Amino acid sequence: MIRTLPQSRGYSISFKIYIILFFIFLFAPLLITCVLAFNDSIFPALPWKGYTLDWFFSEGPERIGIFHDQINLASIWVSFKTAFFVALLSTVVGTCGAFLFEQETFRFKQLLYFLMLAPLVIPGVILGISILLFSNTLGLFVEGRFGVDISLLRPGFWLVVLGQFSFITTLVTLIVSAQLKKFDYSLEEAAMNLGANRFQVIFHITLRFLKPALLGAMAVAFLMSFENFNTTLFLVGSDATLPINLYLQVRDGSTPVINAISFLLIIGTSSLALLNLVVQRDRSK
Amino acid sequence: MLAGAKSKLPLFIFLTPILLWLFLLIVLPHLDLLRMSFRIENDYGDMIWSVNNYLEFFREPIYWLTFARTALYAIIVTFLTLCISLPVAFYITKVAPPRFKGFLSLLLLMPFWVSELVRVYGWMILLRESGVINHFLLKWGILRQPVEMLYNDVAMTMGLVYTSMLFMVVPLLSVLDNLDDSLIEAAFDLGSTTPTIVWKIIIPHAMPGIASGSIVVFMLTLGNYLTPNLMGGKNSLWFTEQIYNQFIASFNWNQGSAFGFLLLIISSLIIFAGLKLTNQKLSKVVQ
Repeated sequence: MIRTLPQSRGYSISFKIYIILFFIFLFAPLLITCVLAFNDSIFPALPWKGYTLDWFFSEGPERIGIFHDQINLASIWVSFKTAFFVALLSTVVGTCGAFLFEQETFRFKQLLYFLMLAPLVIPGVILGISILLFSNTLGLFVEGRFGVDISLLRPGFWLVVLGQFSFITTLVTLIVSAQLKKFDYSLEEAAMNLGANRFQVIFHITLRFLKPALLGAMAVAFLMSFENFNTTLFLVGSDATLPINLYLQVRDGSTPVINAISFLLIIGTSSLALLNLVVQRDRSK
Repeated sequence: MLAGAKSKLPLFIFLTPILLWLFLLIVLPHLDLLRMSFRIENDYGDMIWSVNNYLEFFREPIYWLTFARTALYAIIVTFLTLCISLPVAFYITKVAPPRFKGFLSLLLLMPFWVSELVRVYGWMILLRESGVINHFLLKWGILRQPVEMLYNDVAMTMGLVYTSMLFMVVPLLSVLDNLDDSLIEAAFDLGSTTPTIVWKIIIPHAMPGIASGSIVVFMLTLGNYLTPNLMGGKNSLWFTEQIYNQFIASFNWNQGSAFGFLLLIISSLIIFAGLKLTNQKLSKVVQ
């Protein structure tokens, strides 16, 4: 049954087989995507026709590798910019949230806390359409009242940033709060007794203590933003993010360039995730 | 905590961005969604108040059938995800040698850092008519003609299970990690069989994890757009696709808002019911 109890041979073997099958199920699609990025064929399919790096470096005109593919490169750049601003903004506001809910007392705190959790249970699609509707309503109102057309309120880069920010901030707040709960308040009290004011305490002591959690939260926010699809779908303007751009390509047929991008994404995200994990583990020792 | 004369300044500095965020990006947009869902254009081209958008949902079988279908499939997906994940979580926490525990849990989480689109694309390469699985089945002589395995409900269900697995496994790992081995040992010494131990000890103990995992998986599946759209066939309508069509294709934002609001209601109701049935708090579940 468990490792401390005697197990029958059949039980332990069949359980092992199940686990192996499970991991094959988990990794098969990712592995095959990576492998086919190096296949010397114009379709992302078998048979294997030999090894090539064309889908990364070829300059065209028959095959255009990802490093020369302007549309895909542009969308990767858009995703980087989006993720950068979302990570920055949500970490700042999320940290405020953590301080607010952990250290302050005020009326309707419980209500506001529930409101803060709400973005996690709202489907991403709904978040997208409601922000689209509201920005449109606001834009029409401003235009009708003041005769000014605010491009910020139309689908585009900043609306995508705001849309992703709206739910990623909740995650950041939860991550930072979890760390803030472990904070030893006697440190704050000691600093205050020595004459520091609240902001000096926060700046010199609490934020220093929170640094690993803040970096971790920022990494999570970056990844979440980089791969967000549902909310972005409704808010995107002319400059598509990478997931939107890939979706359009996958829907209308595919080339091994998508495999090459996927390969880079798999390598990139897993190294960022691993790095984050190693950093967190080192700090917690 | 920080006693004495405390200035109100920090409170306002922390409160302002949070209020701006929650009201401008969450509360007001959803109120606007509700308002838009009750507006229609009358015969003279003016916008008037009406419940017609909601009536339309019940009048057209295609809408409520899609809705029912989506909810049904979300339940099936949640159940399948649970059945697949529970033994895996049990194996990692209780059966595997302790030194592999960290490695196996890490391995388990790795694929979920990768974008959902890449994962779905991987399955498309595997399953489609010219795909890798067909290639091997033909090569080994199991099939004579390639079979289209993509674009049907089975493929879609599998894709959804795959996509949402993480959110089931993580809470299960944490509850099973807290289960004391000696309980199982005691039951075993007293002569319990494996099924009895599973039903009487493991499942009751894992209940909080099962509940929170199921709620999250259900919600994510209900709101998923990518997987049903790319792996399901043309006839495998998903409710989020209906919302997308109303917004982007038909440009009927009012109808789309009504659909969106219905999805929001059903998803909140089921989460609420799930929490009540299992006596849990939302703040616990989401962590």
